[in-house]
Amino acid sequence: MIEAHDMLATVAFWIAALRIATPLIFGVLGELVCERAGVLNLGIEGIMTAGAMAGWMSVYFGADLWTGVAVAALVGASLGLLHALLTVVLGRSQHVTGIGITLFASSGSYFLYRMILPDVSSPPRIEPFQPVGWAWLEAIPFIGPILAGQTALTFLALALAALVSFVLWKTPAGLAVRAVGENPAAAEAQGIDPTRVRILAVVAGSAIMAIGGAFLTMSAFNAFFFEMIAGRGWIALALVVFGSWMPGKAVLGAILFGAFDAFQVRLQQAMGGAIPHQIFLMLPYVLSIVALVVVSRRAAVPKALMIPYVKGQR
Amino acid sequence: MIRLEPRTRISPALALGVPVAAVVVALLLAAVPLAFAGVPVGAAFVLMAQGAAGSVYALTETLTRATPLIFTGLAAAVAFRARLWNIGAEGQLYAGALATVAIGAGAVTLPPALMIPLVAIAGAAAGAVMMLVPTLLKTRFGVDEVVTTLLSNFIVILFVSMMLDGALKDPMGGGWPQSAPVLPEAELPRLVAQTRLHAGLLAALAAAVLIWAFDRFTVWGFEARAVGLNPAGARFAGIRVNATFVRVAILSGALAGLAGVSEVAGLKGNLTQDLSPGFGYTGIVVAMLAMLHPLGVVVAAVFMAGVFVGADTMGRTLGVSSYIANLIVALSLLTMLVGQLFLQWKVGWRGRPAAGGRA
Repeated sequence: MIEAHDMLATVAFWIAALRIATPLIFGVLGELVCERAGVLNLGIEGIMTAGAMAGWMSVYFGADLWTGVAVAALVGASLGLLHALLTVVLGRSQHVTGIGITLFASSGSYFLYRMILPDVSSPPRIEPFQPVGWAWLEAIPFIGPILAGQTALTFLALALAALVSFVLWKTPAGLAVRAVGENPAAAEAQGIDPTRVRILAVVAGSAIMAIGGAFLTMSAFNAFFFEMIAGRGWIALALVVFGSWMPGKAVLGAILFGAFDAFQVRLQQAMGGAIPHQIFLMLPYVLSIVALVVVSRRAAVPKALMIPYVKGQR
Repeated sequence: MIRLEPRTRISPALALGVPVAAVVVALLLAAVPLAFAGVPVGAAFVLMAQGAAGSVYALTETLTRATPLIFTGLAAAVAFRARLWNIGAEGQLYAGALATVAIGAGAVTLPPALMIPLVAIAGAAAGAVMMLVPTLLKTRFGVDEVVTTLLSNFIVILFVSMMLDGALKDPMGGGWPQSAPVLPEAELPRLVAQTRLHAGLLAALAAAVLIWAFDRFTVWGFEARAVGLNPAGARFAGIRVNATFVRVAILSGALAGLAGVSEVAGLKGNLTQDLSPGFGYTGIVVAMLAMLHPLGVVVAAVFMAGVFVGADTMGRTLGVSSYIANLIVALSLLTMLVGQLFLQWKVGWRGRPAAGGRA
């Protein structure tokens, strides 16, 4: 147990934990914005794949890193618009539409990748975001070096967490989002257009998710792989529930999750093959399910989640 | 101005026309990326059609590919009818396949007449358990089954990987992560000599007919549909909603498990980690195109299989990534979702008399 304690107290461990958590933070925030407006977005896994692909490809073809992030966000927003058109405007099943978006975005990304690079055997790498390494930040004890070891995208994720929290609770726009997620008819009586608010929320949320995907290609693995999202979108869905649809709690959940994942990787190395590595790889998914069961009794679901809203209809 | 009126009944022509139109539009949409890739679009579609149905062999390949899709399509259709969102057919398929090799690859030796049913029951049971767990979490704790079934896919596939590295690894497999082949007694017979078409297809067709009859003629089938249409109403009418969910879950998971049995015992002979190229997810598209009708699933599965087999041929000839097939499948789902509008609503123009309609 002393070993475990030493492991958890190191800066390197928490640098890894926060790095693992970053794509989940983007995913969780994006999904939360959609669900707060009453729209379940099961397109998340595909939108993250498309973001990973779009960001990586932009940089591969010579764009600078931030342009790549912007392209990823734009691709995510477009897929979000498609999801919103089908679910919000046309009132189609949010479950089936989301699965459709995931299948479409991931197969589209893979097709594009294969068509552009038909013959590559190992995925081409790009020059990724580097850890910021600001000296003034490193001077802060313990927490400073952990943050300085992150890339700019992690700071973007944390800033977005604060922004989403602020917008949802301190601005009229955020109130409108929460209102249409709880009771769209009442929101409409207040002069809010539920259709418009839901569309905008899904578009914005999807853009955020896509940056989470882009983090993986532009800041973590430096290349695009098939199946590289590996269920991170679904884990983000579980973390939104775990965080009771509150941005702060959900982000904290993502960081805890990152810490757990970093811990299991180290545990796996320490065990030296005594336990099959697949057991460790399963843990994140098992943990997500356990987290859902734990919070299920007190889940405060947005009341209009998954219910299409038709104007003038009760 | 467009005027919408709710439809009270759907004519057979419309029920057939909408999915066909959805697929045609999906194919037209898929022509866009093909054209951008510099592929001659007309030739590409001709090659796809030939590859899927241009010869007896091509047809048997399409039907071979359709077999697991009928099973997973039925799994989705059965569950979605009751609004039980089973997105875990991929994992249930692998669970079924795992049970097939665990029992069929030498652990038990019986004559084929007993061996095949035993393997099928084991595979179906494994799939059913994989769906039963998320469903009990739903009925007991209120945990959303969408997320748990999605996550369970990853868990099962990692478990398969672990077994293929360990207990079920083929000692003669040259170190590859694959299981030993199933015994000849457990193999499903071939239907056409010199092809890969196997008796799994007959089992899939039988399953479709049985589910159709079950849906139509039994109380349990009626209850499942009632729960899907209106859970509160069903509960009020005295239907035990949770018990219905459990029954539907067992049936749905078992069907997906059988897809795995059929792929291993009928086609591949052993279990590898790439047994299924997403049959579980494609099953959802199949079910939606079939409008959740069990017999429609057969037609939709054959069509989707044709897209995959045809795209393989086309891709090899023209140098196009076979992911075009996955793209067409995904587009078909999205166009079908739009197409459903025409099944729900009569679309007309303002000015025509429309009692009870709304603009």
